[in-house]
Order: sequence, then structure tokens, then C-alpha cells
Amino acid sequence: MDLFELFSIFIGVALVHNFIFCQFLGLCPYIGVTERTSSAMGMGMAVIFVMVISSAITWAVYQWLLVPLKITYLYIIAFILVIAAFVQLVEMFLQKSVPALYRALGIYLPLITTNCAVLGVVVLNMRLFDSPNSLVKCVIQGFGGGAGFMLAMLIMAGIRERLELADVPAALRGMPIALITAGLTAIAFLGFAGLSI
Amino acid sequence: MNATKRKQDGLWNEFAKGLFAQNPIFVIVLGLCPTLAVSVSIENAIGMGAAASFVLLASNIVIAALMALFGKILSPGMLAQVKKIRIPIYIVIIASFVTIVDLLMNGFAPALYAKLGLYVPLIVVNCIILGRAEAFAASNGVVASALDALGMGLGFTLSMLLLSTVREVIGAGKFYGYPVFGPGYSPMLILTLAPGALLTFGLFMGLFRHLKNMRGGNGSL
Repeated sequence: MDLFELFSIFIGVALVHNFIFCQFLGLCPYIGVTERTSSAMGMGMAVIFVMVISSAITWAVYQWLLVPLKITYLYIIAFILVIAAFVQLVEMFLQKSVPALYRALGIYLPLITTNCAVLGVVVLNMRLFDSPNSLVKCVIQGFGGGAGFMLAMLIMAGIRERLELADVPAALRGMPIALITAGLTAIAFLGFAGLSI
Repeated sequence: MNATKRKQDGLWNEFAKGLFAQNPIFVIVLGLCPTLAVSVSIENAIGMGAAASFVLLASNIVIAALMALFGKILSPGMLAQVKKIRIPIYIVIIASFVTIVDLLMNGFAPALYAKLGLYVPLIVVNCIILGRAEAFAASNGVVASALDALGMGLGFTLSMLLLSTVREVIGAGKFYGYPVFGPGYSPMLILTLAPGALLTFGLFMGLFRHLKNMRGGNGSL
């Protein structure tokens, strides 16, 4: 497995096919949790963490359980259960053993279960890299997806903190202007489509 | 007779509220991801709307029936225990129906399935469906839940139709695949790309809010 391939997977999923700006995955937290850079940072960290680990776990479940038993058609149920159980487990573990981190990530963790970006990345893993030795690729894709997600959240939070001081027309205040801002940022991200990797 | 009429009005309201007053996309703002991703063309919007509405209807009916059954057969203590794990129960029910849709669409409408791609399995995490299960089906009867699901599904589909019509007509110069402006029209490509979805949706939300403000309403939109 060569390093360049892994690098191109990372750049591809983090920038060229950014989950938020190009694939519209995970928009709810993107709009909901980007009013402060600190909360965007917390949510971003939580998403990276959950995406990396659930990429690895779902790869194992798919390759070692669903494929040998010939029940790959149950992948939707299997993946969503794995993610939900894993998030719950992380929450309980952090609460007991790393309370500081739990307080930082706490409220964001339960939200991640229904974050379509996490289910999206594991389904993408399955569709793109369906082979018995693709674990590293899946984990890299999970990491890249999470990193691109966090980048988008931080950009948005930075802009929104300044938007509060701007004189926005009454009808556009709040959600509509956030969406339009996201649209303009997405135009900038279209530039990455030119990267040939 | 008045009682029957009131009951009918009540049921009609369960259905109609999803269309405007509590439209899932523009008012409650749930299920944004599929809306924005799929509203590239009218065909995709109809396919997605139908798939999501089916899942919503089926899961609302099953969850309402199941919760009513649990309320009858379980002791209060057991019921409290079951209520604690209700979210995983909902998710498994929803995921089962999504699997059915996934397989049916793959088998009978492969072209549409290829276009909708990732977003068919992602109906599982469509917040509208889990939201209606938790907010409505869990505490209402089967008939009311079915009507609620139909209204919400239709509201979802209509909102996507509105967005996709604008995006397809301006962004590709077509309506449901047929050219409308003649050969001289150069399409505004940006609207069919990802940024176009965000811009169109943001402007529509602003427009609706403006209309509401003009009428003197102070609603949540």
C-alpha cells in the first residue's frame, strides 16, 4: 500500500469532496453548533474521534461478520447499531474516567449518533474499499472526513462570530444568512475540484 | 355529530400541519442534508420524497402500534424500562424499512438508485423520521400517526420539489428533463452544483420569512 494513495484519499475526502460543502452530510450540527468557535472545535474533535473509530469497527463488522455470514444486505441496520452503541460506550467511558474531556465534548456526543456524516463515511468506506485488506484506507478516509468536517465548522464559526456585528436584513438574520454564507464558502471549495490527485 | 366533526377536523389537521404550518424543511428545519443534496433535479426530488415518505409512513404506523401494545401488555415498571431504550427501538424499526427501500429501489429503479447514491441508506438518519417517531407516533394513535406521516412526507416532498424546480430550470434550463428555454439559453451552472443548493435554500428561507413579516406574523420561520 503506497503512501501517496493514502494521502490522496485524505485530501480527496477532506477538501475535494468535503462532507459539508460538496456532499451535504452533517448539515444539522454545521448550522446548529457553529455560533462559537469553541463549540465548533469541540464538535469537530468529537466527530473526528467517532469517525475514525467507527470506520475501523464497521470495517471489522462488515468483513468478519456480514461477509462470511452472507448477510451484507443488513449493512444499514448493522452500521447504525454499531455507531449508536459505540457513541453510548464512549460517553459512559468518558464520564467515568476522563471527566474533563467529557465536559468538553459531553453535549455533542449524543448528537453524533444521528449525524449523517458518520453513517455516510462508513457506507462510503464499504462501497469504495470493499476488500479484506482495506482497514487502513477506511481509517484514513474516516480521519480525512472528520478533519474536513472540522475545517468547515471552524471556517463557519469564525465567519458567524463576525456576522453578529454585521447589518443583515431582518428577513435573512440567523439561519438564512448562515446558509448563504455556507453557499459562498462552498463556491470557494469548488476550487479544490481542480486538484488532480 | 359535533364530536365526529371535531374528530375529523382533528385528523385533517394532523395531515395538513405538515404541509405549511409545521413544514419539516422550512419551518422545523429538519432533514436538510438529503433536501440539499437531492434537489438537483425534479426527478431526484420525487424519488427521494417517495422513498422517505414511505419509510416515514411505515415506521410511524409500526411505532405507534408498538407503543400502544406496550402500554396495554406491560406493567408500569416494565414500561418505564422499555421507554428508556425507545430510541434504539425506533432506529432498528426505521433501519429495517430503509433496508426494504434500499433493496427495492436497487432492484426496480437502478438508474434512480445510482443517482441518489449514498442518500438512500442515509434515510435512516433523516432527522424528520426519528423526530416524528419521538414527537408524534410514540404518544398518538395509529390513524393519527399515519396521517401525520403522510402530511410530513408530502411537505418534505413539496419543499424539495420547490427547490429542485428552481435549481433545474435555472441551473440546467430544463423542467423534469425537458428543455424549457430553447437552445439559446446558457444555464447558470452554479445552481446545479453544491453551492447552488445552499444559496437557493437560504434565499427561499429569507423570502418566506419576509412574507411572514409583511403579514405581521411573528412565527418561528
